[in-house]
Amino acid sequence: MNNPQETRRVWPEKLFYGLCLSAVIIPLGILVLLLGKVGMDGVARIDWGFITHYPSRLPARAGILPAMVGSIYLIGLTALIAVPVGIGAAIYLQEYGKNSRWADMIELNIANLAGVPSIIYGLLGLGFFVRTLGMGRSLLAGACTLALLILPVIIMSAREALRTVPDRTREAAYGLGATQWQVVRQVVLPVAMPGMMTGSILAISRAIGETAPLIVVGALTYLTFLPNSPFSAFSALPIQIYNWVSRPQEAFVTNAASGIIVLLVIMLVMNSLAILLRNRLERRLK
Amino acid sequence: MSENPAEVPAPLPVKFRVENLRAGFGDNEVLHGIDMVVPDRGVTAIIGPSGCGKSTLIRCLNRMHELVPSAFVSGSVHLEDTDIYAGAVDPVLLRRRVGMVFQKPNPFPSMSIRENVLAGLKLTGSLDKSTADEIMERALNHAALWDEVKDRLDDRGTGLSGGQQQRLCIARSLAVSPDVLLMDEPCSALDPIATARIEDLIHQLKEHYTIVIVTHNMQQAARASDKTAFLLMGELVEMTETKTLFTSPSDRRTEDYITGKFG
Amino acid sequence: MKVEIVGTAKPRSERLIEKALAACGFLSIAVTLGILFTLASETIGFFKEVSFGQFFGDTQWTPLFSSKHFGIWPLVSGTLLTAGIAILVALPLGLLAAVYLSEFASARSRSFLKPALEVLAGVPTIVYGFFALIVVTPILQSLFPGVQGFNALSAGMVMGIMIIPMISSLTEDALRAVPDALREASYGLGASKPATILKVVLPAASSGIIASVLLAVSRAIGETMIVAIAAGQQATLTVDPQGPVQTMTAFIVQVSMGDTPAGSLEYRTIFAVASALFVMTFAINAVSQRIARKYRGYSA
Repeated sequence: MNNPQETRRVWPEKLFYGLCLSAVIIPLGILVLLLGKVGMDGVARIDWGFITHYPSRLPARAGILPAMVGSIYLIGLTALIAVPVGIGAAIYLQEYGKNSRWADMIELNIANLAGVPSIIYGLLGLGFFVRTLGMGRSLLAGACTLALLILPVIIMSAREALRTVPDRTREAAYGLGATQWQVVRQVVLPVAMPGMMTGSILAISRAIGETAPLIVVGALTYLTFLPNSPFSAFSALPIQIYNWVSRPQEAFVTNAASGIIVLLVIMLVMNSLAILLRNRLERRLK
Repeated sequence: MSENPAEVPAPLPVKFRVENLRAGFGDNEVLHGIDMVVPDRGVTAIIGPSGCGKSTLIRCLNRMHELVPSAFVSGSVHLEDTDIYAGAVDPVLLRRRVGMVFQKPNPFPSMSIRENVLAGLKLTGSLDKSTADEIMERALNHAALWDEVKDRLDDRGTGLSGGQQQRLCIARSLAVSPDVLLMDEPCSALDPIATARIEDLIHQLKEHYTIVIVTHNMQQAARASDKTAFLLMGELVEMTETKTLFTSPSDRRTEDYITGKFG
Repeated sequence: MKVEIVGTAKPRSERLIEKALAACGFLSIAVTLGILFTLASETIGFFKEVSFGQFFGDTQWTPLFSSKHFGIWPLVSGTLLTAGIAILVALPLGLLAAVYLSEFASARSRSFLKPALEVLAGVPTIVYGFFALIVVTPILQSLFPGVQGFNALSAGMVMGIMIIPMISSLTEDALRAVPDALREASYGLGASKPATILKVVLPAASSGIIASVLLAVSRAIGETMIVAIAAGQQATLTVDPQGPVQTMTAFIVQVSMGDTPAGSLEYRTIFAVASALFVMTFAINAVSQRIARKYRGYSA
């Protein structure tokens, strides 16, 4: 039986519950709104011409080819640089660094680097890669910059993967008279590899959407050729989108939305690849 | 009383001679100067209450103790003529002569049964493809596991029962042809039937290997070993023939432990 | 067959591998040094031509005009204004979302709601910038006629949405770490669920919550594209969110998009501004880490 005291208590509780639930629903709703708006605005514009044309002063003729190709080259180079170094660093910290004070310092350092704004990595790229090393405003400079940006994330996720390998697996290998590298390479890495690959792919997929560091390093917004070497000038999808969004004409806004759809599709494909890969490799271990 | 040299029995060959072994972690010393002799061949059991240092002691015999970052150790352990803690000794090489079986069976999760058995050889780069199958079958036979797995050698090592996994780990250790097998409470995670099979196995193995087994199960020590050492709070209280230790121990503390007054 | 135990089992190739791995580890230190050196060297060059008094005392920022002023405050105010709006949006939503996930949601709903919120953090910021300019600003303009085409409010709100997962995830972890015994003690005294959450659980998790909010603030301060697209490029010292501002990050973008010869004063200004940005975010992150460490010590 609901006595008055209970009823007085139930309503504030329901209200509180509703408030908390809305706090989850509202942001998700806004996300749906955002994606819906982008989709509605941009989907019609996507056709073969859009994908294969170069940028143009006329929005109807403008395309994202150099930007898309630039982005693909960019993340390919970035992955080539960042993944081996990141995994190497994670192996060092997790397997070799236990005793060392240096390793503690490196760990703290990586946590700090993860919190540095991405545009500052751009300035590092500009000062060091573009100017000091003389790479110029090239694909290579952009890739090195992005690699440094995502390195902390790759290292942290690779370490997590290494941490999931139970110590008794390592013990068994040491007990058989294996050296440390033999233990790491033949026993630990095979078990940790799916997680490390997944983490790396997710990190790279974030790199595709990065704009600020590339602007500082000097990605171009109007490119009439495709990059043909690591030292050539380049463009990238987010850069092109930024350029279009900054133009007042309505039609360019549509182009920007279409560019965003292409970008999100590429990211979605990469993320799904990461998850599929992890599931496949994990199943092989069971 | 004259001592006729012909009447004094020749001393049994010694496998390990432990002298003044101190070991611990950080500020905490766990072993306070152990002096011990482990005879060649046969089974030596180490018993004692939880925390007395049994695991630490056995891990000092194959230098696995020092793999923990805060570990320290001093004193000497002679494996036959060589002090294993001498500077010139590589612990990795030591562990190929002194194998270890752990409390919780730990077959390598990414490998099949065949790969697990051969893992010791593959890890250390001494795997010869031509003799591999022969070595694997011999090791599995020695571990009394061959008949049960011979038709599924390519299945996952982790798919076996607990007792089978432990025998797989024993086969894995035997495949590298050690002379010593250290066993750290090998049956504590197993059911009684699996335990009995492992004890039978130990009985067969002791003819060819020196076996040192740590156990908190006194009946197991009484059943399976030839000599027993009683460790209490980091000190070796008493070590003698198993039968003697369990029927007429010379130290009061040993008697209290085996009669269940504490532990 | 006796295996000799004297000698070494480690081939030279393995020693090389270990050195290579260590080098990978130490690379991160090189990166930090690189950032510090790059920022510092150009900033020192900057301060050879511009005095501290100008930088910290002037209230105008016009380094690219013919009449140059180098007061940092307009940029700082733009940054803090947008970040402040972002926190005003993200804090209540993030906190309450965390409460829902930790205290009300079943394990099943949590398993898809939590990753769903994480998606917010994964959307590229350029997409958020588009959203702020094309969708949010017109809506705000229809509600408040004073809102201009470029304004801090729109950018700040969208930034807030972006950083919600930072607050909600870390806060949820902090709430889950509060021992159930505390909740039971409160219920045992006859307190209702909302009262228990507000008066017992949230305070117990306060260090974790504060640490997460600080991290979110630092993220908002370092954000570039949303403000570059939607907040405008007008460096003014103001608290009015209806009009354009220029954040520190947006200024760096503005200069980078133009043709600024290396080594010139204009070139150096972006490094000086970046140094200020770096100091701010680093300080906030350091405080956040200190607080998080203290909190982890408590719950252990």
